[in-house]
Amino acid sequence: MKPPPFEYHDPTTIPEAISLLGSYENARLLAGGQSLMPMLNMRYVFPDHLIDLNKVGGLDYINTDADGVEIGGMTRQRDIEFSDELAEHCPLLSEAIRHVGHIQTRNRGTMGGSLAHLDPAAEIPMVCAAMDARIRAQGPNGERTIPIAEFALGFMTTALAPDEMLVSVSLPGWASGHGAGFQEFGRRHGDFAIASAAALIEVGGDGKIARASLTISGVGPVPVRIEEAEEGLVGEAGSDGVFDTAAEACGELEALDDIHAPASYRQHLAKVLAKRALAQAWERAAS
Amino acid sequence: MNMTMTVIGKPMLRLEDPRLLRGEARFIDDIKLANMAEAAFVRSPNGHALIKGIDASAALALPGVMAVLTLDDLRPHLSGEHLVVGLPSEAYKQDRNRPALCRDEAVYVGEPVAVVVAENRYIAEDAVDLVAVDYDILPAASDCRAALAEGAPPVHRDGADNLLAEFDMEYGDVDAAFAGAAHVFGESFWQHRGGGHSIECRGMVADYDKPTDKLVLWNSTQMAHSSLRVLVEMLGRDENRVRVVTPDIGGGFGPKLVIYQEEVVVSIASIVLGRPVKWIEDRREHFMTSTQERDQYWEVEIAVDDAGGIRGIRGSIVHDHGAYTARGINLPQNSGETLPGPYVVPAYRMNVRLALTNKVPVTPVRGAGHPQACFAMERMLDRVARELGLDRAEVRRRNLIPAESMPYTKPLKSRSGAPIVLDSGDFPASQQAALDKADWSGFGARQQAALEDGRYIGIGVANFVKGTGRGPFEEVTVRIGASGRVQVYTGAAAIGQGTETMLAQIVAEELGGEVANITVTTGDTARNSLGIGTSNSRVTVVAGSSAHAAARKVRDKALLVASHLLELPVEELEIVGAEIRAKGADERRKNVWIALADVANAVAGTPGYALPGGVEPGLEATERLLFDAMPYVNGTAVAEVEVDPHTGGVEILSYKMTHDCGRMINPMIVHGQVIGGAAHGIGNALFEWMQYDAMAQPLTTNYADYLLVTATELPRIEVVHTETPSPLNDLGVKGVGECGVIPAAAVLASAIEDALTPFGVRIARAPITPPDILALIRAA
Amino acid sequence: MSATRTISVTVNGKAYEREVEVRVTLADFLRQELGLTGTHLGCEHGVCGACTIQLNGRSARSCLTLAVQADGQEIKTVEGVAPSADELHPLQEALSEHHGLQCGFCTPGILLTLLEFLDDNPDPSEADIRLAISGNLCRCTGYQGIVDAALAAAERLRGGAAK
Repeated sequence: MKPPPFEYHDPTTIPEAISLLGSYENARLLAGGQSLMPMLNMRYVFPDHLIDLNKVGGLDYINTDADGVEIGGMTRQRDIEFSDELAEHCPLLSEAIRHVGHIQTRNRGTMGGSLAHLDPAAEIPMVCAAMDARIRAQGPNGERTIPIAEFALGFMTTALAPDEMLVSVSLPGWASGHGAGFQEFGRRHGDFAIASAAALIEVGGDGKIARASLTISGVGPVPVRIEEAEEGLVGEAGSDGVFDTAAEACGELEALDDIHAPASYRQHLAKVLAKRALAQAWERAAS
Repeated sequence: MNMTMTVIGKPMLRLEDPRLLRGEARFIDDIKLANMAEAAFVRSPNGHALIKGIDASAALALPGVMAVLTLDDLRPHLSGEHLVVGLPSEAYKQDRNRPALCRDEAVYVGEPVAVVVAENRYIAEDAVDLVAVDYDILPAASDCRAALAEGAPPVHRDGADNLLAEFDMEYGDVDAAFAGAAHVFGESFWQHRGGGHSIECRGMVADYDKPTDKLVLWNSTQMAHSSLRVLVEMLGRDENRVRVVTPDIGGGFGPKLVIYQEEVVVSIASIVLGRPVKWIEDRREHFMTSTQERDQYWEVEIAVDDAGGIRGIRGSIVHDHGAYTARGINLPQNSGETLPGPYVVPAYRMNVRLALTNKVPVTPVRGAGHPQACFAMERMLDRVARELGLDRAEVRRRNLIPAESMPYTKPLKSRSGAPIVLDSGDFPASQQAALDKADWSGFGARQQAALEDGRYIGIGVANFVKGTGRGPFEEVTVRIGASGRVQVYTGAAAIGQGTETMLAQIVAEELGGEVANITVTTGDTARNSLGIGTSNSRVTVVAGSSAHAAARKVRDKALLVASHLLELPVEELEIVGAEIRAKGADERRKNVWIALADVANAVAGTPGYALPGGVEPGLEATERLLFDAMPYVNGTAVAEVEVDPHTGGVEILSYKMTHDCGRMINPMIVHGQVIGGAAHGIGNALFEWMQYDAMAQPLTTNYADYLLVTATELPRIEVVHTETPSPLNDLGVKGVGECGVIPAAAVLASAIEDALTPFGVRIARAPITPPDILALIRAA
Repeated sequence: MSATRTISVTVNGKAYEREVEVRVTLADFLRQELGLTGTHLGCEHGVCGACTIQLNGRSARSCLTLAVQADGQEIKTVEGVAPSADELHPLQEALSEHHGLQCGFCTPGILLTLLEFLDDNPDPSEADIRLAISGNLCRCTGYQGIVDAALAAAERLRGGAAK
């Protein structure tokens, strides 16, 4: 299990990286390497050119402002885990990131790499979906911002053009004191979840839910927002019955069927985890 | 052995550890010889296919590629094309031996078709991708039960059917037992084990030296001498022209006891090229080509009286054998033999059929057929308890062989033909101790309280016995030379179970008491003329006993020679460290001593001089103590689990075992073996599942899909040890390596079922996965 | 044969300059080019953790890193853990004392993982330790001896009572 031959490029600037990406056929960007390198070792992919982003400056940062946070594409998952700013402003990401692989893989793995790889069960794309992330991408014709809903096109397929690279991810802020719920069911710690759910809840002055977000991941090819549930929650006080109703709104989601679990199991888990994530978010928001 | 022991029985730190901790050990892939080339194999991607042609021209044209060898290229160097390694049995209906490389038919995914040798592994893998093999895909048999059905596709195209072997085991009047029984309960079980998954894969370096015509095979194998024998036979070479040496081995767990095609092919590649050739199995190859132990389907019935006393058991097993015989019929034989286990079963009949399938050959993985039997037996006893409204532990207690019946002869014969005699142990006491430790009697209240909180907790119990120390022998040489250090040599390979330390403790007990003065060399055919190898929880029993006997002989001789040299009676001498000293504390005597080195030199001979006391030359002894009967380990596991009925998730809340493996040479190592085995068993029970599709294509060939248990899923495993010395050897020892595995699936099934009592769930298969549990809850 | 590059790395405090094929993994570079065979390969797809080294003080899978990516970086391997030829690191001692290794193949990866972890968490719980090593597969020990060793080593490193 050794990588096939390729040419290696290690640009130091974003324009240089984009120029390389545009000038070669069959080129792949290498970020943290925690997904691409196994695929190379197993010879599932045969790129002619590997463009390593690890020396590109200006891609490794966490910026917080009034609108939310912006995270550079090459920011290591471990730095996200250790960020006090994120723990305060973006508790969902802080919690979810601890479930991404293991210490050794988070030390190398990146925010952008995980999002661009878009594994159906990965935590980072789920958080992005839950928070209406905006993905900044740069290509030969300049920069564009892609809402997550338009970014995650299908099973491990993004809206990035072959000559585009992901530069950063913006997560619009939720009100201070919002509650975040994160529930995943995997066979072992650090595994890709069989299914997971993320919930965000803002409570208004009246003690009722003012804003809600509910996302299911790992069930279908991409994370999905359960909008019907979100709408139904607003104006309600959290309770078992309310969360049951919200969870039922998951309905029969499009679900993957694989060696780990049949589709029906994933559909069932979606509801179970949705309810638990909502209850957790409510509890944390209310407190 | 009733003397006071100073070294045996102590939890000494292992001699192996410092080099392993410093990264200074030498594993197979650490061997780098001058001019060494590396091999990679072209393997069948099909479960069953005809090979119509192999075109290696593109691969050969790649710079850095030295050779691409097919079976045709090997033939000039082969005196036989097949590895004939099956254990003898009259039950075989078909001979299915592996060819060194595929001839014109591939019968499992991963079967080697050709080998590429290149400057390094990277280039070798590039070349493998360039070898074009023309396959005609044939229908494959995947599931073993389906493989035996009428009209199933033959695993080998010249086979009339897929029945590899069939046999019955029987004693007592089974039909009468069932006819007269108050209750008869039938169960169907399906069980799976998985692969060995030593973290170090297999591997070897063949080093052929043309000037001397000698072949050295460095081999990460449990069985150096078997490997040698196969090479001698297949390559038609003299024994003294082949040597097999084991380096440090990164785990075995069974699959490394098998002799593989690669050992022959890589050796020939080295001979053909006249340079060393290394092949290291990668993880994907381990999934496809290292032997596994897999599926058994059981149909069993148990006949009991009104009190739950067993009258008889009968049934049948269909065992997945894989595509070839790489070991024998031993696995289902073990299963059938061990089903009655620690219980009194007056009448018993089991029909066993081994099915060929288009999958990698099936051979022992730690536990070797025993976990499946334990699962079947313990599941049936839970059924009996439930049907009769009895406590599960009580049903077992009523059927366990009482301590006063030991030794207990089962009317069954082991594969050597010897009767199965459970030599020692107190099974009811073992169970009671485990129950007490787990507060079995208080569990009902805990369960009720939990249920009121909406939590589903359950407890389970399982007993097991395991025959260990399978004979006939393991050779050990103990020798003291000019260095004064004690050298110990055995053919058994050290695969991580602390063999060096264990043998050093046994030998040190006789020879000076200091393990630091002892060097142990394992698994080198140049050091021991005979050897069996490491398997079947046997090394401490067979090699340990030979080491003990050899060390005693060396000790007696050393003292005799020293008595001549020091002119003191033998009774007044003792070995202390690397010296022989006069016993006693008085000052004059303190100066009366002689180094072991000088004693050794004195009997090594000096030209023209007689040996002191007219003794035979040399301070050494070789022993091959013979064993037929096996010492039986016994134990009990009690586990508590919590099941989430909404997800099917299982958390193990506690896992406790009692374990009796006779005298423990090193309690720390024994404890570690049992815990490691339990972890392996828990993995088998809940996580590991080697899946194949209907075309026998493996579906779980990486560690994201095939789940090995990690630290976060395991509870703290508590083990209480009892030492009932085995009467079968002087040391009183029994084996330990496999025992922890055996009750795991049984005890967890019992506990999960108990937790889900409100739903009436019945568990009849393992592994037990969350989707399965949820499906069972819904179906119940 | 793919292209090569000349790289400079510091491994266990010693500087090396070598020409490497760009596709060669850091694990193979350490093992084959530098002869530091204490770093082991168990799966080559980033799951087993046997190849764990430290790259600039952070644990990383050396099978998922290319040697060229280590150019100019500091690497620590198992060969650099013990303070001297006669002494072991407290974590190494604890692993031996608590029987945290059997075949020892996974041990280098466990060491490099736990050393980083104990730096970040000098007073961990058993659960913390289990989480920290959840990316390291061990087939022999059931992890229990490793967990016990890590607890003992943490105490020793904090200056607590020995053993």
